[in-house]
Amino acid sequence: MSANSNKQPETGGFFARDRAWHAPALTPEYKTSILRSPQRALLSLDGTISEITGPVFGHSMIGELDNDLIHNYARPGESAIGERIIVHGRVLDERGQPVRGALLEFWQANAGGRYRHKKETYLAAIDPNFGGCGRAITDDDGRYAFRTVKPGPYPWPNGVNDWRPAHIHFSVFGHGFAQRLITQMYFEGDPMIWKCPIVNTIPDRKAIEQLIAPLDWGQTIPMDARAYKFDIVLRGRRSTLFENRLEGN
Amino acid sequence: MMQELHRLKETPSQTAGPYVHIGLTPNYCDIRGVYDDDLGTTMVNDQTLGERITVRGRIFDGADTLVRDAIAEIWQPDSAGLYNSPSEMRGTADPNFTGWGRCPTNAENGYFQFETIKPGKVPFKDGRPMAPHITLWIVARGINIGLHTRIYFSDEAEANAIDPLLLRIEHRQRVETMVAQKDGSIYTLDIHLQGPKETVFLDI
Repeated sequence: MSANSNKQPETGGFFARDRAWHAPALTPEYKTSILRSPQRALLSLDGTISEITGPVFGHSMIGELDNDLIHNYARPGESAIGERIIVHGRVLDERGQPVRGALLEFWQANAGGRYRHKKETYLAAIDPNFGGCGRAITDDDGRYAFRTVKPGPYPWPNGVNDWRPAHIHFSVFGHGFAQRLITQMYFEGDPMIWKCPIVNTIPDRKAIEQLIAPLDWGQTIPMDARAYKFDIVLRGRRSTLFENRLEGN
Repeated sequence: MMQELHRLKETPSQTAGPYVHIGLTPNYCDIRGVYDDDLGTTMVNDQTLGERITVRGRIFDGADTLVRDAIAEIWQPDSAGLYNSPSEMRGTADPNFTGWGRCPTNAENGYFQFETIKPGKVPFKDGRPMAPHITLWIVARGINIGLHTRIYFSDEAEANAIDPLLLRIEHRQRVETMVAQKDGSIYTLDIHLQGPKETVFLDI
């Protein structure tokens, strides 16, 4: 919650998750899922106060360069190599209402498709000025933005010749722990999106399209950086009208 | 024709992948200087009220192999049973306890581990008390959508026996998959992603 907001916190339960919209746990074309997928039915029940509540992250924890991946790992006066882009959008809930104060954390490969990670073995070069992580907190309208370089596609060991399309990973905290979400953003026009076994874990083409950020020509900064717009939707919550109050007793 | 609901669809989940540490715990994977600390590393300070405990566990896949590249997050109330959240309307939680922790499973021994406090009881929707518990969320390569479960405590047998969520588990032998075993101040709960000991995961 931002300090200058006069809205009351919401205490309603979250809409049931539409599990058919998400990938199932077992998706054999993505091989690692085979031994990491629960096989029993999930235990379904309406959220309790343990899931309706969630941690709060204040704007004060965000450093000046946290939303600038071009510079937050670079040596002074230098910058990461690659196509300069701005990624921006809003975090909304299923009711279309902005989620303010949402913490977004993002991570990605560098412009050559190489991650800065000891388990990474791709032969593309490390960029000494690129770490690959950033974060932001949404404002009262649910807006966020960060600057980065466009990540490169890269091969990965799954099928003999599987490649990940260019993508940015997002981790999102809303207002309740039930809204916790990790996802990936893809880029408009990339033909590799439809070849990717991880993308194709999602059964519905419309759901996949929800992960593709369009080029946003209006927000593109002339002579500087192109913009992509990526809105994120978290679970909506019920109005508490007519519900038993949490404070109960 | 009728009016429209104007509902949006939730953004689909995707796996956190093998490099999740870069985004969530960069210092843990040697990306230093971007953030001072990894978020969620420290849950308590000297002033935090309540019984100090260690909560730890490992995650096993369907071949009983350790999952060493996961991230575990926990969320819990304070020692009085209050959540440090704006949606908590029953009172004000201990300001020295955030209630939230994040820890990667260790690359060698596979353990996630949290230094925290024993949570108090919170009510179920109908007012019945739930047994003390911690909400646990797991993401990793190969997991397409984060897995929710709970950590209950073996020294709370009486409360566990009437816990509204545990009572919903049809196959009673599976209740123990959510109960951490106490050894001194250390509670241990191993998570099994599949197989005969598969943990009860929640759609909540």
